[in-house]
Amino acid sequence: MIRHLLTADGLDSETVNTVLGTADTLKQTLLGREVRKLPTLRGRTVITMFYENSTRTRVSFEVAGKWMSADVINVSASGSSTGKGESLRDTALTLSAAGADCVILRHGASGAPHRLSEWLDHTGTRVVNAGDGTHEHPTQALLDAATLRERLGELSGRRVGIVGDLLHSRVARSNVHLLRTLGAEVVLIAPPTLVPDGIESWGATVTHELDPQLPTLDAVMALRVQSERMNGGFFPTAREYSIGYGLNAARTAKLPEHAVVLHPGPMLRGMEIAPRVADSPSAAVEQQVRNGVHVRMAVLYHLLAGEESTA
Amino acid sequence: MASRQSADAAVPAGERELLSAGDVARTVARMAHQIIEKTALDSGAEHVVLLGVPTRGVPLARRIAERIATFSGVTVPTGALDITLYRDDLRQQPNRPLEPSSVPTGGVDDALVVLVDDVLFSGRTVRSALDALRDQGRPRAVQLAVLVDRGHRELPIRADYVGKNVPTARSEDVAVRLTEVDDTDAVLLRRPDTSSGATPGPEPSSEPGTDTADSAGGKQ
Repeated sequence: MIRHLLTADGLDSETVNTVLGTADTLKQTLLGREVRKLPTLRGRTVITMFYENSTRTRVSFEVAGKWMSADVINVSASGSSTGKGESLRDTALTLSAAGADCVILRHGASGAPHRLSEWLDHTGTRVVNAGDGTHEHPTQALLDAATLRERLGELSGRRVGIVGDLLHSRVARSNVHLLRTLGAEVVLIAPPTLVPDGIESWGATVTHELDPQLPTLDAVMALRVQSERMNGGFFPTAREYSIGYGLNAARTAKLPEHAVVLHPGPMLRGMEIAPRVADSPSAAVEQQVRNGVHVRMAVLYHLLAGEESTA
Repeated sequence: MASRQSADAAVPAGERELLSAGDVARTVARMAHQIIEKTALDSGAEHVVLLGVPTRGVPLARRIAERIATFSGVTVPTGALDITLYRDDLRQQPNRPLEPSSVPTGGVDDALVVLVDDVLFSGRTVRSALDALRDQGRPRAVQLAVLVDRGHRELPIRADYVGKNVPTARSEDVAVRLTEVDDTDAVLLRRPDTSSGATPGPEPSSEPGTDTADSAGGKQ
């Protein structure tokens, strides 16, 4: 089993299936329980370090840890010594010295969790990437796969479309890697200005036209338009983006009956997804969040419940 | 491969067959009779639920329930209770896969729950099972049924129904084989490899249910 969870790229199908299987078992185990608390990670300390804003990822990691009886401590950049000028490395070493068995990092810089894992490897502290810059967000890809499996069954041979801001999306990159590992075909759809360089190497089909793809898709994922990372003119107006690439009722009507609509959140209703679509039965947005807790429990279980590391 | 021929299967050297396939069937039948008698099952006063501990406790619970149905006509609900999340040795072992749990509809509240496992050894599995059960509800009472009690208890735990008591050395290994999992029915006693100079002599043999000793890993 893996030591740190840094990317979806490079996770083999056996590891992915083990984690998703554990997540499903945990979900069944907790189903209908009055007290959702397992003693599994008693005495383990999990610290979340979030240098970017987040609601669902931070909360679901915290809930996941707490449901398994780990002690979860949240550190945010604004309230910590980072504000006094401490480097990421020193902050991480401090948290490790203070007893963190696992550090969950969200950072604006791509590759920050990777560097952190190198700095912390000798301490035995595990690192989980909760989103780094425009690079990867592996637990999001895992929870998306868990949700798609619940709705569609095995993903081998399925066709999944990812629409929107590919340029800034760590969710898209992680999903492409994970879905391909599970045997699904991925179609990436975006305006030319929002397609990153080197996308050919991702192993997915790239197109600028959404409508012709719709009847062929088993699932479609709308990405948030990340205005906080946009300094230039990537498209003329929000309305024009919405007309070309927004998931509205007319578009979802062209999808096959069984097709699933996903959104990693937070949703910009009326921009990349219409309110009517977001609240329709084919949308799995809340299911994604629910599965996020179980998937993150599974990740913490596999990283922390085994033998003490001897490193 | 030199092997002694038993009634059902070839047993390799270093292993001794404790129960043959026929013995396993008879033992399960006897345990079913004991459960019927002790719980006064056919009077209908008690809501009895059999919960097997994965892996082999689950098919064992199903077999006992099937025998109970044959002997008494009462259908006893069965389920599985995975204890991995409740183990006290998670930090000492490599990461373990989880097994599914399934509690029969109707739950365990106010039921007489009979936990079913293949081998009773240190008692730590049973302790974990009691913790796991507490999170499922509040049974009226909990009893324990095991196919083999091999002694070396580390906790004050004893079985209510025992298929066979086997005195063992701690270094030995008791392997239960069930058709549902292993394609064959048998209980085997495995000796440690004596050719490497390890002498079985100093290892104290234990009567089941008496001695205390530390864990030898694996199934507890």
